[in-house]
Amino acid sequence: MSASAKPPVFKNPVVRWIDHRLPVFSFMSHELNEYPTPRNLNYMWTFGSLAGIVLVIMILTGIILAMHYTPNSALAFNSVEHIMRDVNYGWLIRYIHMNGASMFFIVVYIHIFRGLYYGSYKAPRELLWLLGIVILILMMATAFMGYVLPWGQMSFWGATVITNLFSAIPLVGQHIVTWLWGGYAVDNPTLNRFFSLHYLLPFVIVAVVMLHLVALHRFGSNNPLGIDMKGPQDSIPFHPYYTVKDMFGLAVFLIFYAALVCFAPNLFGEPDNYIPANPLSTPSEIVPEWYFLPYYAILRSIPNKLAGVIAMFGAIALLAVVPWLDRSPVKSARFRPIYQQFFWLLLADCFLLGYCGAHPPEGWYVIASRLGTAYYYLHFLVVFPLLGLFERPRPLPMSIGKPVLSAEMAGSVAKTKVTP
Amino acid sequence: MTALALTKRLALAGLIAAGILAPALPVRAEDEALPTVHWSFSGAFGTFDQAALRRGFQVYKEICSACHSMNLVHYRDLAALGYSEDEIKAIAASVQITDGPNDNGDMYDRPGRPSDAFKAPFANEQSARAANGGALPPDLSLIVKARKGGADYVHDLLTGYAEPPAGVTMQSGMNYDKYFPGHQVAMPQPISDGSVTFADGTKATTDEEAIDVANFLAWTSEPELVERHRMGVKAVLFLIVLAGLLYALKRKVWAGIH
Amino acid sequence: MAHSVDDSGHGGGGTRRDFLLLATVAVGAYGVASIAWPLIDQMNPSADVLALASVEVDISKIAVGQRIKVLWRGHPVFISHRTPEEIKEADSVNVADLRDPQTDAQRVQKPEWLIIVGVCTHLGCIPLGTAAGDPRGEFGGWFCPCHGSQYDTSGRIRKGPAPLNLAVPAYKFLSDTTVRIG
Repeated sequence: MSASAKPPVFKNPVVRWIDHRLPVFSFMSHELNEYPTPRNLNYMWTFGSLAGIVLVIMILTGIILAMHYTPNSALAFNSVEHIMRDVNYGWLIRYIHMNGASMFFIVVYIHIFRGLYYGSYKAPRELLWLLGIVILILMMATAFMGYVLPWGQMSFWGATVITNLFSAIPLVGQHIVTWLWGGYAVDNPTLNRFFSLHYLLPFVIVAVVMLHLVALHRFGSNNPLGIDMKGPQDSIPFHPYYTVKDMFGLAVFLIFYAALVCFAPNLFGEPDNYIPANPLSTPSEIVPEWYFLPYYAILRSIPNKLAGVIAMFGAIALLAVVPWLDRSPVKSARFRPIYQQFFWLLLADCFLLGYCGAHPPEGWYVIASRLGTAYYYLHFLVVFPLLGLFERPRPLPMSIGKPVLSAEMAGSVAKTKVTP
Repeated sequence: MTALALTKRLALAGLIAAGILAPALPVRAEDEALPTVHWSFSGAFGTFDQAALRRGFQVYKEICSACHSMNLVHYRDLAALGYSEDEIKAIAASVQITDGPNDNGDMYDRPGRPSDAFKAPFANEQSARAANGGALPPDLSLIVKARKGGADYVHDLLTGYAEPPAGVTMQSGMNYDKYFPGHQVAMPQPISDGSVTFADGTKATTDEEAIDVANFLAWTSEPELVERHRMGVKAVLFLIVLAGLLYALKRKVWAGIH
Repeated sequence: MAHSVDDSGHGGGGTRRDFLLLATVAVGAYGVASIAWPLIDQMNPSADVLALASVEVDISKIAVGQRIKVLWRGHPVFISHRTPEEIKEADSVNVADLRDPQTDAQRVQKPEWLIIVGVCTHLGCIPLGTAAGDPRGEFGGWFCPCHGSQYDTSGRIRKGPAPLNLAVPAYKFLSDTTVRIG
């Protein structure tokens, strides 16, 4: 496995005393210095740690905002403005939190697409993938409730539209909606409970992230070639290689994040949310935050209310069963030329759906949304299984290691057909 | 990477760019092209022009505040416009603020203090509507952030008043504005040439007044803008240096592996 | 993560990497400190609280012998326009007999204006004696109804459980008619 199999001896007696009773230091030492990581991971593998860091940033800024925010419908909007204008650095903390949500979804979407491209969801990592989808769903719930808290026009009307979706459920739908609202419309009770749950869910996310990491460490990371590590020549310790690489990735990420917060903090926002919520006046266009737009497009593409709701939630549920839909024994798209094309098509489809979701459901947008939704479902339900059966993959390399192979040698090795 | 894959990547990048930029582009399916002004506060290095802010404050105080409240701004905030503490006290004291109840249980008027919010013209929404034919003049504290187009929206609205063209019927009580969405706005033209006499002597054309009040309203919406831009420059430069150091460190650490 | 760098790199000057590491850690630490400050400073009083940190009071309407109560930083402050008798009483006390020895001169800037924080130094109730008709206790000052502490015309504790005199806040006369407290 790794070079040193014996447990580390700590020089510091205090550290030894603690570690003997609660082996945190041995644990950290093992995970960092001994845990084998594939040597060939590219920068697409930095997005997991980025997501974890953004989670910490969101919790930190969120707890601070909660020191100054008032979750009452008469006071919420002004309390946010109090933070922006009077609290020391309040504007900075608010904008970091607000744009952090967008950054969180950007990072997580890239992380997910990385998984789709390199087949990271395949056996034995199905549960790792599933836990990730659970995290995504929790993130969506958290973000949705968080957006309601400033109690602007979009907060209120977005909450009204999305909670109303549950009325599509036959028989009990309207009761569920009344129960969610705590009244006959979105109002103060709704706001208060959303605040409570918005504070709670991130800690549930932390717990699921820990399970996600445990599941990851069971078999270790996938890699761009999609073939398992076969020995120590294929792996390197996480520290210092991936610690320093992840930190570099973090610095680059922070450049974009800082530029967004300081120079374009409302780029992803809606001007209507700077108008206090008015139950008697609906904005001309109700638009969710950008990270919900593809799902919004799917929802509106189907004329039937219940079917639209099912299609929207189904789109996320489909992601969950990807490990069982994809039949290919080959993991990485590098060796699956047809699958590769469909991958880019799926990505383009998601952008198309997002674009449609931002516009009113009229004219060409309706047709495009329907085509986009149809392709999305087709991709998962038809393309995935069929490709697995009929695609001829490129020959896989022998192993990850042997970085000093010349190009010639590498070519002759790659031509040998190997079962993964 | 094959040429085909590269083309695909580029097409994708184009799509992403379009997706990101699309919402930022001005979207108005109107006939009239919207005039834009070069604002001193736009861009990464933008700052507020204090003289323009003071003129804009004068326009707000003398004209707009008759109907529009500004509940989120306090007199003490005016320090950012370059007023001294005494000047701010005087500005605040020039208005009467309702306070109370006193020990008799009555509300009473007293001169304003720097800690007070800007005095609102109406006690409540109903009173504002009653005085304005049923329409509610919106609070202006956040107006530049609350409208697509921001400061341009404000400036265009104020300078867009015109006679309705042939064939357009105005609803009762509405005024025609070239740039307002829907072209019919309840507010009658509030400013014109010489509506105010600027304290600093600048010529008070309609356009100048509109630009100055839009500057002022941009400040009320984003009073932290200058500090935010300054911090952004420092943070980005710092992070570029840090990223450079980390990249060098990464290469050093990985030297044996590659 | 203060592990020393592994020996897994071959070649490349060891000292050069250590310097690079040191420089990077130093720059990184500076970054962490810069972002830490706003997260701490946000809990300091916000601008609206600071704006009420001092209050200016118009004392021109307070008649001789009258006392008023104003709110300052969440607490009541008594402003007493003292009569000559009250001033004389305050001066003629033997300071050595006081529980908390202070001369009247130490507690006022102008003898006719006594400005004190109206919070009993025992357990924090608000002593009576400001409003007309309030009981003033035996010493003509203030009387705390909670546990019977009695203060004199200079706000000094004379009888009862309170350990200290009523506190004197920082104040400044901006003019003959205005005083700024705090």
